[in-house]
Amino acid sequence: MALVTLQNVTYKYPLTKTPVLQNINLQVNEGEFVAVVGPNGAGKSTLCYALAGFVPHFFKGEISGSIEVDGKESSKSTLDEWVLNVGLAFQNPFNQISGAKYTVFEEIAFGLENIGVPRSEMKARVDEAMSLTGISDLADRSPYSLSGGQQQRVALTSILVMRPRLLVLDEPTSQMDPIGTREVFGVVRKMAEEGMTVVMVEHKVEWIAHFADRVIALKEGQILLEGKPNKVLTSDVLMENGFGVSRYTSVAREAKKQGSWKQDKLPVTLFEAAEGFAPTPSPSPRERGESKK
Amino acid sequence: MNIEIKDLRFTYPTGLEALKGISLTINAGEQVAIVGQNGAGKTTLVRHFNGLLRPSAGSVWVGEWDTAKYSVAKLASRVGYVFQNPDEQLFSRDVLTEVAFGPKNLGYAKDKVDELVKRALSLTELNDQTETNPYDLSPTWRKMVALASIIAMDTPIVIFDEPTTGQDAVSVARIANVIAELKKEDKTVIAITHDIDFCAENFERVIALSNGGVLLDGEAHDVLAQEEILAQTYVDPPQLTRLGKMLGLKDTVINQEEFLKAVGQD
Ligand SMILES: Nc1ncnc2c1ncn2[C@@H]1O[C@H](COP(=O)(O)OP(=O)(O)OP(=O)(O)O)[C@@H](O)[C@H]1O
Ligand SMILES: Nc1ncnc2c1ncn2[C@@H]1O[C@H](COP(=O)(O)OP(=O)(O)OP(=O)(O)O)[C@@H](O)[C@H]1O
Ligand SMILES: [Mg+2]
Ligand SMILES: [Mg+2]
Repeated sequence: MALVTLQNVTYKYPLTKTPVLQNINLQVNEGEFVAVVGPNGAGKSTLCYALAGFVPHFFKGEISGSIEVDGKESSKSTLDEWVLNVGLAFQNPFNQISGAKYTVFEEIAFGLENIGVPRSEMKARVDEAMSLTGISDLADRSPYSLSGGQQQRVALTSILVMRPRLLVLDEPTSQMDPIGTREVFGVVRKMAEEGMTVVMVEHKVEWIAHFADRVIALKEGQILLEGKPNKVLTSDVLMENGFGVSRYTSVAREAKKQGSWKQDKLPVTLFEAAEGFAPTPSPSPRERGESKK
Repeated sequence: MNIEIKDLRFTYPTGLEALKGISLTINAGEQVAIVGQNGAGKTTLVRHFNGLLRPSAGSVWVGEWDTAKYSVAKLASRVGYVFQNPDEQLFSRDVLTEVAFGPKNLGYAKDKVDELVKRALSLTELNDQTETNPYDLSPTWRKMVALASIIAMDTPIVIFDEPTTGQDAVSVARIANVIAELKKEDKTVIAITHDIDFCAENFERVIALSNGGVLLDGEAHDVLAQEEILAQTYVDPPQLTRLGKMLGLKDTVINQEEFLKAVGQD
């Protein structure tokens, strides 16, 4: 069942001369985890804003086509209604902190408070969300006395705690250490398994290939390619268009020329690369502690 | 000029001790990457180099200057720092004013200012954005403006706090090129980064911090191979190092060239 349907969406900011999104057609199913990749300026954040209602409700500009989430149309809803269903983690997490609260706990509870969730339920939900993102020990700290990665975890948690139908994440691991990055992908995967629909902009293609169901490659406001992660992320089209690729993909592409990579399919993840290069069977991903899903 | 860090401790006003005794020398002209888990103290450490933070105990020397005795304005002539969050740094209404602010403030003659600004804008490919308000740019380009405004100051020491976050392949290559240019001019470059592949490809020396202390310090090749120790501070070795290890290659490889060579020999 499609939760999200974009039909012929074309959008231009008040100040841009040409459209930033061009004729976007996209469906995302309930419980699906879709990753969006693309070079700088491709329109990834603008797509996030369109899903989250900020385009056009906040940014204005000219929009055509239709954006539907859960059968409701964005143009026929107000932003206040829309954000009840859709949560967005902004690209720059430093700007997401509300400034209204003294502790991390209160900061994360802020959204629940606004929609009138009872105190007792609120505490349980905030505690649960904080433990998911590994920040329980920051509960009493000031949201302004945190490191970059800690602030990003707080921003993400304040969205997760709302349990939106559609979760839109704009580079949610940009400030995070490698283990934190993997944890976030794992949490997002888990949310999707539980029925949350996720659209996530990311550059870390190795983890996209591990965890996402589908990849959309965006360039100059258009969908260049979409499909299964390995297929999209190893495509020559991406390489020729300046998209970031995994080191495993580029090294195998070179090795193929040398003859030391013999398969047709190129790898994106460590395990795929190890399998293809190994003369003998290599350890299973579970032994490496990198189980998929 | 060297940076000399002697038994540095730092406690935030909240009572949190973020640096628990750090001693390091960063030599003139070195290219150093600082890695380590979120909250390890990386930003706190480098903010001592330009005086944004003052030691609670111990000292930090930039050349023969004890940073405790010099103002941030004075230290700015020796140490440039590109913030982790560019929005903390940018304040001008157009890119040109922003980039020219630093060198003007250091008192360079107009010709010199023009030359430095021109070079910074061209290295960061911001030439055609001089009249743009930085806030009309995406966060990734704002970071590029922040970078330009620091390299325009022509300081012997340049610090980048997470330069590659959110940058695409082309922009990462552009940043790598900036670092290579600074190296040619014998400048000291210090970068904090979680992007360990970028670190492996561009830095000679790697310092891993953990919980307010130094966990590892040495040549990139040696440090990045220490998988178990790096794991203590939530750092993975570079992708190709992990692959080489998984395949049982004899020597540690950290980049594509080394990997292909090693696989070719097997
Ligand atoms: N508020 C705005 N007003 C005018 N133009 C904008 C605005 N925000 C973005 N743009 C422009 O729209 C285009 C797409 O920007 P967007 O931020 O969506 O790209 P992105 O793929 O998210 O890039 P990045 O990887 O740098 O985050 C760019 O040309 C950008 O300059
Ligand atoms: N302004 C502040 N007041 C109080 N504590 C702070 C402040 N800034 C950072 N801290 C704390 O000091 C410790 C070190 O933070 P720092 O910002 O140096 O980490 P970092 O290594 O740069 O992490 P990241 O990779 O997440 O940016 C963390 O525990 C952090 O919560
Ligand atoms: Mg963006
Ligand atoms: Mg930091």
